[in-house]
Amino acid sequence: MAVETRVERTLELADRVVSAPGRGRGLTWSSALAYVLLSLGAVAMVTPFIWMLLTSLKPPPEMVQFSFLPQNPTLENYVRVLQTANFGRWYLNSIIVAIISTTSVVFFDALAGYTLNKFRFPGKELIFIGMLGTLMVPTEMLIIPWYTMSVQWGWHQGLAQYWGIAFPGVITAAGIFLMRQFFDGVPNELLDAARIDGMSEFGIWWSIALPLVRPAIAALAIFNFIGNWNAYIWPLIIASGREYYTLPVGLSFFRGESTTEWEKIMTAASLASVPLLTVFLVFQRQIIKGIALTGLKG
Amino acid sequence: MLHRRLWMVLAVLLTAALVLAACPAPAAPGGQEAAPEAQEAAPAQETAPEEEAPAAEEEVIEIEYWQYNFEARVKAMDKLIEMFQAENPNIRVIHNADIPYAEFRDKIAASVPAGVGPDVVTLFYGWQVAWIDAGYLVPLPEDEFPIRMVEEQFSPMVRASIWDGKLWTLPTAVRTLALFYNKDLMAQAGLDPESPPRTLDELREMAVQCTQRDDQGNFLVQGFVVEPAAQDHHWFREVLVRQFGGQPYSDDYRQVMYNSDAGKEAWRYLVSFRTELETGDKDLFDGSTNAFLAGKVCFHVDGSFRLGTIANKAPDLNFGVAELPEYNGIKSTFGSYWTHGITKKAAADPKRMEAAVKFLKFITSPEAGALWVREVGELPAQIEAGSDPELLADPKLGAFARGLEYAHATFFVDESKQRQVLIDAFDNVVLAEMDPDEALEIAAEEEQAVLDEFWGDR
Amino acid sequence: MRLTLHQRQVLWAYIFLAIPVLFFVVIRWYPTLLAFNISFRDWNVFEASGPWVGLEHYRQIGEELFKPRSAVRAAFWNTIRYVVYGVPSQLVLGLAIALMMNHIRRFVTLYRVAYFAPYVTSAVAVAFVWNWLYQPQTGLINQVLSALGLPNQPFTKSPQQALQSITAVAVWQNLGFAVIIFLAGLQQIPEMYYEAARIDGATPWQLFRHITLPLLNPVIVYLTVLGTISYLRMFALVQNMSPQGTGGPLKSTTTVVLEVYREGFSSYNMGFAAALTVILFLLILLITIVQLRFLSQRVEY
Repeated sequence: MAVETRVERTLELADRVVSAPGRGRGLTWSSALAYVLLSLGAVAMVTPFIWMLLTSLKPPPEMVQFSFLPQNPTLENYVRVLQTANFGRWYLNSIIVAIISTTSVVFFDALAGYTLNKFRFPGKELIFIGMLGTLMVPTEMLIIPWYTMSVQWGWHQGLAQYWGIAFPGVITAAGIFLMRQFFDGVPNELLDAARIDGMSEFGIWWSIALPLVRPAIAALAIFNFIGNWNAYIWPLIIASGREYYTLPVGLSFFRGESTTEWEKIMTAASLASVPLLTVFLVFQRQIIKGIALTGLKG
Repeated sequence: MLHRRLWMVLAVLLTAALVLAACPAPAAPGGQEAAPEAQEAAPAQETAPEEEAPAAEEEVIEIEYWQYNFEARVKAMDKLIEMFQAENPNIRVIHNADIPYAEFRDKIAASVPAGVGPDVVTLFYGWQVAWIDAGYLVPLPEDEFPIRMVEEQFSPMVRASIWDGKLWTLPTAVRTLALFYNKDLMAQAGLDPESPPRTLDELREMAVQCTQRDDQGNFLVQGFVVEPAAQDHHWFREVLVRQFGGQPYSDDYRQVMYNSDAGKEAWRYLVSFRTELETGDKDLFDGSTNAFLAGKVCFHVDGSFRLGTIANKAPDLNFGVAELPEYNGIKSTFGSYWTHGITKKAAADPKRMEAAVKFLKFITSPEAGALWVREVGELPAQIEAGSDPELLADPKLGAFARGLEYAHATFFVDESKQRQVLIDAFDNVVLAEMDPDEALEIAAEEEQAVLDEFWGDR
Repeated sequence: MRLTLHQRQVLWAYIFLAIPVLFFVVIRWYPTLLAFNISFRDWNVFEASGPWVGLEHYRQIGEELFKPRSAVRAAFWNTIRYVVYGVPSQLVLGLAIALMMNHIRRFVTLYRVAYFAPYVTSAVAVAFVWNWLYQPQTGLINQVLSALGLPNQPFTKSPQQALQSITAVAVWQNLGFAVIIFLAGLQQIPEMYYEAARIDGATPWQLFRHITLPLLNPVIVYLTVLGTISYLRMFALVQNMSPQGTGGPLKSTTTVVLEVYREGFSSYNMGFAAALTVILFLLILLITIVQLRFLSQRVEY
């Protein structure tokens, strides 16, 4: 791991020198302005997040007071939430479902997006619009038929529920659209050259085209993971009981008819955001200036 | 590189989750993971050994019972189920209470075409007509649940469960509204904290006296906050309108009548707290309920279920509960309840139906009601248990219990829409500066349209 | 039999698309068509089925659209306003931030995490936090305004400001998404184009106008189309942020999907809800096709 990181850093450094000849000289006025503006924006972006963390440190009676900082900060909420029946299980469930879905989405969406961009065939427009069309129906209208299907196929009980929770999202139109747009930047000549060399179509996609859209794949993986992580209504409908709830569904246990234990929700939400930030931190590094270019040169 | 990274993240996340999952969860029932339904029926399994003999001769009937998740209710029902199964070894009740309150109806709706779902179900009484309309509920058998029994033994508000000449559901417990008052704030304002307002006029005066503002005119203490979206739309309909000499609806609840002169007077009384007296603003301090919990409101109309919230969120609040203020010598309160019905799924099989009826009888008995008061803090639905002197003398629950004999439950056909018209009427007065009478007329017209649409089909 | 190159391509295209197409037909289109069918029926959601009523629900919606104070009318109108305010803000801010991030060399990861933080925060937490920030008198924003001597604002409590206030939260939450996609798009633009143009003496604005913007076209198309669809489907945020989740005050924040949900599950009127869904579907479809036609440009490298 250490070696790999070092290699990567060297590449990155080399890349900077090659690709940004005008900018290596230090702070220009334009980048100074960028730092200032970005910092101001960043404060606005993270304040609510910080407030969530601060709220999770408040004992319940402080929830009806209106102070920004907790007066008697406590980890009690964390202890209580972690002790809540099944919290660890909900965490595990969320991870299993997000992994099933993201693995499948990255593969199928990238393949379909590539095909819809790089191939000419009858029905192409229709298939594309037909896929996009699935984004135009609110999920709330689909949960009843999905549930009926799941019961028919036995996906509503036992371990099959993981598949039951994941199946509506194992291929996504938004992801296919994203990949279709990004494959636009991959030169056709490159693919044709590979065909002349006798490479298989699948091989061309896998080893030529795919590496060139790595930033987009990283973005797709991030967004899909997060989207699944936060999904609420469908996992709630399909899961037979608390054992199979995902985190957001489990969070609903702190919301009642007449009261909501916001401090617990904030605690659980803070805990829930940790894996997301981890996933983000890892994948966002794939979105690095010059990678696509390096690929092209090679 | 990408792949190796990916696997690394997955591995780390999975390990973290497994560690978390492996932590013993104190409140976790059972412990096996394979069959969640079996777990929920844990009480049945634990008592199994003694019952093996009869079970072998007689087939065990399994029925499913659903309610929304609320810890105290779930525990109380678990106890009732345990007692019931001890009496009826050939019936097993599967208790599904993992459904959040807000999505309870969604979950049931999804279960209908799939042919699964509960045999006995707990629902808000205001939803009942729509469920009957869909053919989802079946009438309770006349011989086991005679209507006369309801009229004689249950709080009068439970008559909202009778529709079309039949009884459709029965509750274990009911709720009423009462007046919460903050003793410290009253004392601060020079009022006697032990004598809360007893009439509407007193409420007005005391609310004004209790209100405090800072130099800029910001509220420090709000005397009384009107928030129709909370309980005040009920308070208006079933309490104020009657007290001012009107009637909220015709007796059969098909005709809106609160737009009468008396109704308008009651409405003006309600909105005056916001517009003329300026004793509070529902948009401050996150709504009237939270503001009361925060110790920033003197008087607050709310239900018995709020006692639990206060115990949890504002344990140090020095408050009392009194009956709702009377007016013109008229006492009234709004009553509501979560009620239990039998579904058509149960009715499809005579054996299940028989078991469901037995179970329903058990959970609506006076004994069940008494257990419910202890466990959940709601009032028993049966008059006998509700007039228990000990309950009436309770410093907090007593005021609610005394309301049982004069409580009215509105017969809703579409509870959320009927509430919305009054929320909008209030907002029209406050935010759109509409004349209160005009705003109420619009509300009456819109609510009448909702009622007409429902009754038009019949 | 030997296939021509083109025929082989067609065959491979179908092979690659077989599983996704099958998936969309069974899992997405079949339930969608069921919903379309329900829109012609009088279906209480707790029934297994309901009687055919033809275009009755569509007629009702048509009537509602001309009624004052109608929730349906407000819903359509508001939904369009969400798109008009939300999509351009998200695109312009997203692009500006991505360009700035692309320009700087230090603390890049830190900034990315900061701008991405809202996106990883769960929806209920976001709604809670913003409701608190927006509180009159006690909320952080109003306290800052007071400290600066500015008048307090009601934000979500006022019919005039509520929709804009909720849109701001939506933009805030989705900005990270736009930024990351833009960043990924910027990575695809070969640096040599810029170098060549610089040698020709191009100004930064010319670089942006003639290289960055045209080469970002696929990304802009994507973000516009997807952003429009998601704002047209606005639901969870309004449900969590408006008073009692009803799209108030005075219907000023309600959306079509919120009305679908309320009609379908609170008022048990699934037929009407399905008809609303169909109309929304057609509206989104039309807008999407128009956007794809007019925004997409073929870029010659």
